Amino acid sequence: MKNRSLVSINDFSKEEYIKILDIAEEFEKQPKQKILDSYVVATLFFEPSTRTRLSFESAVNQLGGSVIGFSDASSSSVKKGESLKDTIKTVANYSDLIVMRHPLEGSARFASEVSNVPIINAGDGANQHPTQCLLDLYSIRKTQGKLDDLHIAFVGDLKYGRTVHSNVIALTNFNCTFHFVSPTELKLPSAVKRHIKDKNLKYYQYTDLSEVIPTVDILYMTRIQRERFSDPMDYEKVKNSYILNKEMLNGCKDNLKVLHPLPRVNEINEDVDDMKEAYYFQQALNGVYVRQALMAAILGVK
Amino acid sequence: MENKDTRKELVVSALENGTVIDHIPPKSVLQVFKILDLEKHMDQVLFGINLESRRLGKKGLIKIKNKFFKIDEINKIALVAPTATLIVIKDFNIIEKKQVEIPDTVENIVKCFNPNCVTNNEAIPTKFTLIDKGELKLLCHYCEKTTAKDNIKFL
Repeated sequence: MKNRSLVSINDFSKEEYIKILDIAEEFEKQPKQKILDSYVVATLFFEPSTRTRLSFESAVNQLGGSVIGFSDASSSSVKKGESLKDTIKTVANYSDLIVMRHPLEGSARFASEVSNVPIINAGDGANQHPTQCLLDLYSIRKTQGKLDDLHIAFVGDLKYGRTVHSNVIALTNFNCTFHFVSPTELKLPSAVKRHIKDKNLKYYQYTDLSEVIPTVDILYMTRIQRERFSDPMDYEKVKNSYILNKEMLNGCKDNLKVLHPLPRVNEINEDVDDMKEAYYFQQALNGVYVRQALMAAILGVK
Repeated sequence: MENKDTRKELVVSALENGTVIDHIPPKSVLQVFKILDLEKHMDQVLFGINLESRRLGKKGLIKIKNKFFKIDEINKIALVAPTATLIVIKDFNIIEKKQVEIPDTVENIVKCFNPNCVTNNEAIPTKFTLIDKGELKLLCHYCEKTTAKDNIKFL
């Protein structure tokens, strides 16, 4: 993986991302190692994403590396009309690795073609967010001890949720059974389902959240965003149908864990937070280890 | 049949050396012109629109003197003119005749359907992979969205 960019989850093979998860386990045991002390990582956030940016920056800082960059395009030369190509080529001169978040889809792929240092895509519009996917795989493997033979439910906005799409595609490399819970207008696109069919795996679709709870090992909750609905009435109709609360988890499997990419709005009731099934805060912390592992692998120090 | 073929060859043979692109859908002739950048060709270029065709009813045709295309170059027109036939002529003789084929990668001809794609917002040439020949589905190399037959626009 040395010197390679990670733009889309498909850029790495199954073996490669298992390798990342293994390295991440080492960092979980020992997150502070001075192995990046001669490296500069640029974090270019053309649109704000505080959580993702802090996770990357914390990952670099804990490994002794330095961070340069911006957290908002309005404070950069982009505002003066500089092209993406020029920004990337310039920053590539100042850094060993670029982490970027950009509102346009395909921007990270383009950056990886013009940059002479590797690019990590931290989200390109509605397209890809591969490090979220890696940390989710890490969280699933850590809580279940394996990635094979699991029943995994995805709940909420399955149509536009890029996290769901890349997770489903990545999980088709393992022998999983998928359960999709969403309003009819936000069902998983057929292009993503095709990946499941190609691997001859099973999937089921539901509109009722409670139906799926007793059978699954992982309950992956996502936010239903108001701006996805052209008619606000449609949003009002469904907004409360996919809210998980403590009571609903009665009768769930003993090993069930609830995941969420965060931020949540109200789709997981706060009464779930203290239950042993709630894993979403730990999941966010795992993001630091996974990002450390990824950067260490790409920079060739692990 | 025999008679028809002879007549057609006569028309075609009027070119000493060059290329004839036959069986172009009449509406696509000007697009083919643009895709092949024929405005810049320094020698004779003749074209016809709404000519009679047994196969298509009406067809378009372009004759380009002293111009020979590489296969990748000519296949670009398959997106707008899938029925087109390429006829290569040397010393008044037809030396090659073949159907155009949609190429596996389509570069800088088609606009990406996704308004939020980086290629629609920065000066970047578009690039697609053909994922379905029958239905003409093109997967954008950048935003990973599919542009299909119904929403294809040419650059």
